[in-house]
Amino acid sequence: MTDLSKIRNFSIIAHIDHGKSTLADRLIQLTGGLTEREMSEQLLDNMDIERERGITIKAQTVRLNYTASDGETYQLNLMDTPGHVDFAYEVSRSLAACEGALLVVDAAQGVEAQTLANVYQSIEHDHEILPVINKIDLPAAEPERVAEEIEEIVGIQATGTWANGGAVLTSAKSGIGVEDVLEAIVARIPPPTGDRDAPLTASLVDSWYDPYLGVVILVRVIDGVLKKGLNVKFMQGGTQHLIDRVGAFTPKRVDLTEIGPGEIGFITAQIKEVEQARVGDTITTVKNGATKALPGYREPQPVVFCGLFPVDAADFDKLRESIARLRLNDASFTFETESSAALGFGFRCGFLGLLHLEIIQERLSREYDLDLITTAPSVVYRIHLGKSKTEDAKVIELHNPADYPDPNRIEMIEEPWIKAVIYTPDEYLGSILKLCQDRRGIQTDLTYVGGRAQVTYELPLNEVVFDFYDRLKSISRGYASFDYEQIGLREGDLVKMNILVNNEPVDALSLIVHRGVAEERGRGMCERLKDLIPRHLFKIPIQAAIGGKVIARETIAALRKDVTAKCYGGDISRKKKLLEKQKKGKARMREYGNVSIPQEAFIAALRMGEE
Amino acid sequence: MPAADDLALYIHWPFCLKKCPYCDFNSHVRDDVDADAWQAALLADMRHEHALTGGRRVGSIFFGGGTPSLMPPALAGALIEQAQRLWGLAPNAEITLEANPTSYEAGKFAAFRSAGVNRVSLGVQSLHDEALAFLGREHSATEAMAAVESAQGLFGRVTFDLIYARPGQNAGAWEAELARALAFGTEHLSLYQLTIEPGTGFAGAVARGRLHPMDPDEAADLFVQTQEQTRAAGLPAYEISNHARPGAESHHNLTYWRYRDYAGVGPGAHGRRGGMATIRHKKPEAFLRRVGEIGHGMAEERALGREEQLSEALLMGLRLAEGLDLAALAARFDTTADALVDAGRAAFYADLGFVEREGDRLTITPQGMPLLDALLAELVPAHLVAA
Repeated sequence: MTDLSKIRNFSIIAHIDHGKSTLADRLIQLTGGLTEREMSEQLLDNMDIERERGITIKAQTVRLNYTASDGETYQLNLMDTPGHVDFAYEVSRSLAACEGALLVVDAAQGVEAQTLANVYQSIEHDHEILPVINKIDLPAAEPERVAEEIEEIVGIQATGTWANGGAVLTSAKSGIGVEDVLEAIVARIPPPTGDRDAPLTASLVDSWYDPYLGVVILVRVIDGVLKKGLNVKFMQGGTQHLIDRVGAFTPKRVDLTEIGPGEIGFITAQIKEVEQARVGDTITTVKNGATKALPGYREPQPVVFCGLFPVDAADFDKLRESIARLRLNDASFTFETESSAALGFGFRCGFLGLLHLEIIQERLSREYDLDLITTAPSVVYRIHLGKSKTEDAKVIELHNPADYPDPNRIEMIEEPWIKAVIYTPDEYLGSILKLCQDRRGIQTDLTYVGGRAQVTYELPLNEVVFDFYDRLKSISRGYASFDYEQIGLREGDLVKMNILVNNEPVDALSLIVHRGVAEERGRGMCERLKDLIPRHLFKIPIQAAIGGKVIARETIAALRKDVTAKCYGGDISRKKKLLEKQKKGKARMREYGNVSIPQEAFIAALRMGEE
Repeated sequence: MPAADDLALYIHWPFCLKKCPYCDFNSHVRDDVDADAWQAALLADMRHEHALTGGRRVGSIFFGGGTPSLMPPALAGALIEQAQRLWGLAPNAEITLEANPTSYEAGKFAAFRSAGVNRVSLGVQSLHDEALAFLGREHSATEAMAAVESAQGLFGRVTFDLIYARPGQNAGAWEAELARALAFGTEHLSLYQLTIEPGTGFAGAVARGRLHPMDPDEAADLFVQTQEQTRAAGLPAYEISNHARPGAESHHNLTYWRYRDYAGVGPGAHGRRGGMATIRHKKPEAFLRRVGEIGHGMAEERALGREEQLSEALLMGLRLAEGLDLAALAARFDTTADALVDAGRAAFYADLGFVEREGDRLTITPQGMPLLDALLAELVPAHLVAA
């Protein structure tokens, strides 16, 4: 057991590229967590997608043993938190497991507005914030100016030496000041509190599936002790398990005899599915356990839904197995079988947010080598239905536009709204305000921080669910950032819009829109489909309709020429290859009536472009 | 017309004085061509083909290229003579030479005639000097017209090529040019819409934005106009780009389109015979070396599967105005007519006027011809096309 006074639990807050991963790697290296040979770049982000996108999806934690200048050995637990709004809840659970945070700021670039959100979140958890000014050896570095900026914007002391409460000056890349960071952690971040003799309460910080160990659970013990052989229960999930292993990551996995109060570590308990080990749950002993769960638990609530269909219908079973396997490691998405007239059999999946959707989709295609058609993302609408001849009035939840009920029975539709906070250099503010207005946004706040603006909007989630983030990034040249939280349901004048191709409704293209923007959206979709669907041997009308009323129309002209002019004895093989290519191309399309629609079109048709 | 089991013999002469920017054929520019060595090599390569196709008669010979009119006429003579000796030639066997319409080459026509050539195909390409310069041709329009007239005096059968749907060409200008071409009264014309082929000078120019091919819809209009104008002049299309007085069709090329056997001799020549696909080494030097080493220039000889042969027969046969007898084709490959074409699609496109189905005969209509590649992808069933 480690004395509470010798434990420090902290996370790192940093803007992208300000050096979080490099600093983390240096801390690991300096404390001997890994040898030089074992170090690989950016150890903490261990999934391909995480590395590529520079974001963290699963919380990682590393236990470092550091012998400080006072001669004592400390246990430092570095908690790496998920870095995206879709995982805000997971972030809050990780932060709750810490007592402090390093705020890493680039010595040349200064404080980025969007890091503020994370700092404030950390402050909400009563964290001691330890500023670290990194990259001080860059030619453009201005550590003094940045220190003043931190004081001014964040409101914590940053000038002066670190020993006197100022920022630690580092260059993680060159190894400068890393030792000082460790000393500052020991000196300034408060140790955790806890009672070894009290009934066990441990917070379930994260869980993931490991093919060798089964489900691995990351825990922070508050009171009591976790040991191998202990019978525990998950207070929210209601299940009981026998702990068969306790340990920590250094970052190598090491087994321990126990995890005491204030400590962070992992346990395994023969659990097969992460669904049984939900983030935020409280673990206690079966016998003489705690009576009250830790606060802050929330059920994962999917907010964005879309259909995933295999391009090749024969891959349906493979898709089912792959989704089931992914779910072993991510209980926050849901799936159920869906069948579409056009796309055949697939799954309706629910996600925490858009990035989450993209990650799952990308993992399916990359790790499981599946070619997928993704239908338009949709939010969950609550529809109030009046009484019919056979049924009483009732309220239903609509996850899929294809299930839209008889409009005559609809009395009211509610849609989810979010509060979005956007940080941007103020030169892009005008375009961003226009984007938000176009998406039915209501501005509630606008403040300036240095040369940057922070604008708060209330927006219907269905306006954000598709391509809002891409558009925001594109009009701000990547500089704007976006954070959101759900603020409940509001009544909306919503209708179902059908898209008809060659006079046949295409279920996978139908969507729920606000009546006020339906015509514009319909026109946009028809125009884009006109470009996305190749010309056929006959002309193809494309229409957007609400009920029986056509609100927009385009026509794809018939193809007039597609022929090989010269074809003699030597050209047969080439012509045959062309035919094979055409056939393969057709296999990647979906047929509606006699029209082949390329699979990309189902998503691309919804992009709202530059308007 | 040649009999169905006659063999067509294609002989490739791979050399040109320069490479034209639209051409992706197997042609090479060389300072020195050793005519004796080439004569020996082509004769040997032909003997190899004969060894595998003995017992059959040759119904037509076609000298293609490259620019076979650059060959010494005696070389062509030796090849024709050997073909006659090995296989025997059908009576009135069609022996065609592709020729450039320069005055130099026109001067050799008589000698080719004496060597046995009885049909010439002239690469006129245009009757306008600016267009000829654009197409990178060595001859002038005046020279070309003189060459056509000279050929008409010497050979009973003359055809020439024109390239149209050139960038910026309008309907009126093409109509006038085609009218002048038809006025020569040749029995046959090949009228090709300009196609940008990968790897050619034009493909590079398009990629660099210096050349803008004609809009396909405009080209489609010119195609329709061409069909009407040639039909009115008594030279209807019998294939997508080929027009002839009835009975004056190219026997040799019909062999390809009817998917009958042909032997291919010389660098890069393709053959289809006895269910085998053959291809010779393309590079002239490699070809010569292989012939020296093993007596022939074969680079690849591959047995074709039945499905492959059927898809080839369909994609070639439907190019012809006469259409395709599905029952006869099915009988040749021991299958049923139903297995050759997606009947539902055929009916759908028949309603649109692109296809005609009469009994066992499937024909692409004149309206369907400019859309043939798209129609093939619809009509040829998936099981005949390798995935």
